[in-house]
Amino acid sequence: MADEHNMRRVTAIKNGTVIDHIPSGQALKVLELLNLSGDTSVPVSLVMNVPSKKMGAKDIIKVEDRELTQSELDRLALVAPDSSIAIIRAYSVAEKLNVNLGEEVRNVVRCTFSNCITQNPREPLPHRLVVMKTDPLMLRCYYCQRPQNLDELILNLI
Amino acid sequence: MKGLITMDDLTNDDIHSILSDAERLLPVARGELYLPLLQGKILGNLFFEPSTRTRMSFETAMKRLGGDVVNLGDVKTSSVVKGETLFDTIQMVDGYTDIIAMRHPRQGAARYAQDAARVPILNGGDGAGHHPTQTMLDLFTIQQSHGTLEGLTVILAGDLRYGRTVHSLSHALVRFGCRLIFASPELLRMPTEIVEDLREHGADVTETEDLLGNINQADVVYMTRIQKERFADEDEYAKVAGAYKLHARDLDNTKSEMIILHPLPRVDEIHPSVDSTRHARYFEQAFNGVVARMALLCRLLNIEVPAIIGGGDA
Repeated sequence: MADEHNMRRVTAIKNGTVIDHIPSGQALKVLELLNLSGDTSVPVSLVMNVPSKKMGAKDIIKVEDRELTQSELDRLALVAPDSSIAIIRAYSVAEKLNVNLGEEVRNVVRCTFSNCITQNPREPLPHRLVVMKTDPLMLRCYYCQRPQNLDELILNLI
Repeated sequence: MKGLITMDDLTNDDIHSILSDAERLLPVARGELYLPLLQGKILGNLFFEPSTRTRMSFETAMKRLGGDVVNLGDVKTSSVVKGETLFDTIQMVDGYTDIIAMRHPRQGAARYAQDAARVPILNGGDGAGHHPTQTMLDLFTIQQSHGTLEGLTVILAGDLRYGRTVHSLSHALVRFGCRLIFASPELLRMPTEIVEDLREHGADVTETEDLLGNINQADVVYMTRIQKERFADEDEYAKVAGAYKLHARDLDNTKSEMIILHPLPRVDEIHPSVDSTRHARYFEQAFNGVVARMALLCRLLNIEVPAIIGGGDA
């Protein structure tokens, strides 16, 4: 019941993507991760700090008229690893997707260490962060092996 | 194993077997025997930052084994200064050589180069990261003196924050059950992530600012240079650096078989009076750079070192 009420805080979308169970307060970071924060071409609805049985409080994002791809959604694992995603078509859930960080994050973010070889933007090999642990999330740069500061990492999105 | 980027590329068995190859190659390293195991092979020496011992010992190792060396030369006059990426430099040298030894100011450069290259890469130092070929010669010197690598008490002293030699060496020693004492000024402590990593691997690690108070427990004391430029002012440097200097008189009550190592160059941290004590091993250690690198070059080029070298009874 509570969940249904939360979902209705903003109107249901006809087509698009709903991202639910985002940790409370992280929705703006998610928008940045998905490159939606500066995108004015699609309507985006945001609900923040709503009650959740599972999480205590959570954020929800609805993106209209755009179906986010699995690789776009995998970026979410950096800030919202437990989020659930629904692709909406004609007001109904057409597909449910899970976020999956995998063993390595490739070409999503740059290493945060200022003296890493990958800081030269002209170096052509992929940016690679290895997932050491998922709970709590711990990443290391494949090349320099430095542990990554997750707050800084968001600023290093490619 | 393709290249040697960090000590994680070697198992303990690999380490033992490479050290054993190195032991057999000693007469060749000394120039007493000529053994052209690497005839027809070319080493590319890519030193993007200054190096004396590492570069020269790679070159000597290759030549003692009948191989040849091409050098990048001075970075200031090479294509690097024109803005060439590491990727492109490696692509070029990869085509000219059979194996590459490199040092680079950026951390992670050696692993990056290995991904760009067809030939094996030997990491001769990447920023404050790793220096595994130095570690192999350190281990060789320790084993030569103590007959084992197992269960020793090792003090690593001085600049543990920026010193890549101590980072690689700590990881290796822990794998042989050594007890580590990190003696450094507060500002130059071993990076937390390394200490945590070592402890996660079950290491017995003590951190202290007191070198001399702990020296009598040690089987090995590994000294490093504290650089003046790490400190905000000269007085602070003078105060701190003074506590990490060894003099012969400090060694009166140490274990008789204790050895003192230093990756060199030293400045003031080991007084010349130590050189003539039975504990000093840093010049042998520098020589061992040749023999350890000979063994590594053979291993990475898949050239077997003969079980008996120099005739003997065979």
